[in-house]
Amino acid sequence: MADDVIELRGATKRFRSTSGGIHTAVHDLTMTVAANEFVAVVGPTGCGKSTTLSLVSGLEPPSEGEVLVAGSPVRGIPDGVGYMFQNDAVLPWRSVLDNVAAGPRYRGESRAAARAKARTWVERVGLAGFEGYYPHQLSGGMRKRVALAQTLVNEPSILLMDEPFSALDVQTRALMQDELLRLWSGTGAAVVFVTHDLEEAIALADRVIVMTASPATIKGSFPVPLSRPRDVEELRLSTEFLEIYREIWESLREEVEKARKGNASRAA
Amino acid sequence: MPSVWNSGLSGELSPATAKAALGKPDRQALTSAATAHRRRRIRVWAIRVALVVAWLGSWEAAATYWIDPFYYSKPSAVWSKLVDWFTVGTSQGSIWEQISVTMQEAVGGFVLGAVAGVVLGILLGRSRLLSDICAPFIKAANAIPRIVLASLFVIWFGLEMSSKIATAFVLVFFAVFFNAFQGAREVDRNLVNNARILGASQAQVLWTIVVPSATSWILASLHSAFGFALIGAVVGEFTGADKGLGLLINHAQGTFDAAGIYAGMIVITVIALLAEWLLTALEGRLLKWRPPAAGAEAQI
Ligand SMILES: Nc1ncnc2c1ncn2[C@@H]1O[C@H](COP(=O)(O)OP(=O)(O)OP(=O)(O)O)[C@@H](O)[C@H]1O
Ligand SMILES: [Mg+2]
Repeated sequence: MADDVIELRGATKRFRSTSGGIHTAVHDLTMTVAANEFVAVVGPTGCGKSTTLSLVSGLEPPSEGEVLVAGSPVRGIPDGVGYMFQNDAVLPWRSVLDNVAAGPRYRGESRAAARAKARTWVERVGLAGFEGYYPHQLSGGMRKRVALAQTLVNEPSILLMDEPFSALDVQTRALMQDELLRLWSGTGAAVVFVTHDLEEAIALADRVIVMTASPATIKGSFPVPLSRPRDVEELRLSTEFLEIYREIWESLREEVEKARKGNASRAA
Repeated sequence: MPSVWNSGLSGELSPATAKAALGKPDRQALTSAATAHRRRRIRVWAIRVALVVAWLGSWEAAATYWIDPFYYSKPSAVWSKLVDWFTVGTSQGSIWEQISVTMQEAVGGFVLGAVAGVVLGILLGRSRLLSDICAPFIKAANAIPRIVLASLFVIWFGLEMSSKIATAFVLVFFAVFFNAFQGAREVDRNLVNNARILGASQAQVLWTIVVPSATSWILASLHSAFGFALIGAVVGEFTGADKGLGLLINHAQGTFDAAGIYAGMIVITVIALLAEWLLTALEGRLLKWRPPAAGAEAQI
């Protein structure tokens, strides 16, 4: 398809394990994500979700197969990619404002212009008044907002998010989900959102991809035909939502159990 | 395809309540915390002064009644020596001139050594190839008893200041180098990756991620490094010089003047403490982003 901005063709990634052997993190991944599409990726822990994102971001080259972004093979970090890491990566020695201004500064904007941009994004993620704070003075939820603003200030056309809200409490998480949808709507960006929370995946995404237990490959891709704009909290109670949930959970449960057994046998 | 992340926003934000004005109970808590803090400080200082008085008093008494002050000197003799130096002058001329010479040597060696140590440390810390090549040489250089080089430098550079600066330089360089190296090695990969995704070039990663990460390591080494610079300068002057505090102490040793040795020690100690204070102030400025150490702030 013409507007597939992300395309994985039989991508495999192997790592050297500490014992000296070879560990296959993801195996024969084939998937596409279109522009303006919000895709959620779920799978058992340790299956290779973060690895998939690092392939798309160009931080790790695939061991086999092809990764294409905007139609061309990934070499180095492709233009227009934003990536929110699983562990937040705000710079502890910079204030909130300067953390958010980092992207535009790296891309050659003047300090004043970068700061002006950063200021509007700090406000958009709800941190007005905290511009001068250092990360250690913020709560975990506020740090996630800084990371979000830091990523969005570059106006990515591809947004990769790795369990961005998993460390937050339930209320803050719902708030952040709503805010993310509000900020994303109308941008045309393709989003790949990794989560272990199936409810979150369905509430946010147009499509949910289920990955198998390690080594990960794609087990199924489930469309989520819920209309937008969505109110995340109300959505959870609707019957449509519960039906979709049941269908995907059926598929995911097998993998989670497989992963659990695998871990138990490895530990034994 | 360009995306437009700034359109379609409702613009409605969750209000952030930054520091509100302090209420009355808060102000009371602040004042009582301040008083408690002040009382504690007074007590700590009173005990410190008492300890110094007891120590000097017993030394003075011992030297007056039991032990031989010719070998051990005594506080009053050291004090009059210091007064003598600062009012009349030393055997080598004005005391200020000696201090100035030693300071120039120490500061010169410190600055050159620190700059070289930081630059090389970060360079090797970031380049696997370079550090693999240089590792055995650096280990060997570090194993040399470097203080002995002072004699060599006197032969090379003569009795002038440059030989002392060279001695201070080698001592400072290694102290700073290893910390800068370690600091550059231990940079969080996550931060580097994040910067690269945000658009940073190699040079920008170095300046905005590696250098700030290594700064706390480097600053920690600078404290001991200035001490090394002073040692380098003084030992250099011992080895051969025509001016400086080291020469003064050496001269006092030659004339069995124990009070002179103590007095020289005191002058050097005061210089070291002043430098330490300056470095701590610098560190406070550069690392103001760090959370305060536990217990460093008065608890409310
Ligand atoms: N740099 C690496 N070197 C060696 N092994 C790695 C590396 N990165 C990931 N792995 C391995 O690859 C597997 C998949 O890791 P990954 O981080 O992609 O999992 P995940 O699905 O994101 O898990 P989680 O849900 O817990 O975040 C793991 O077994 C991990 O040990
Ligand atoms: Mg992960």
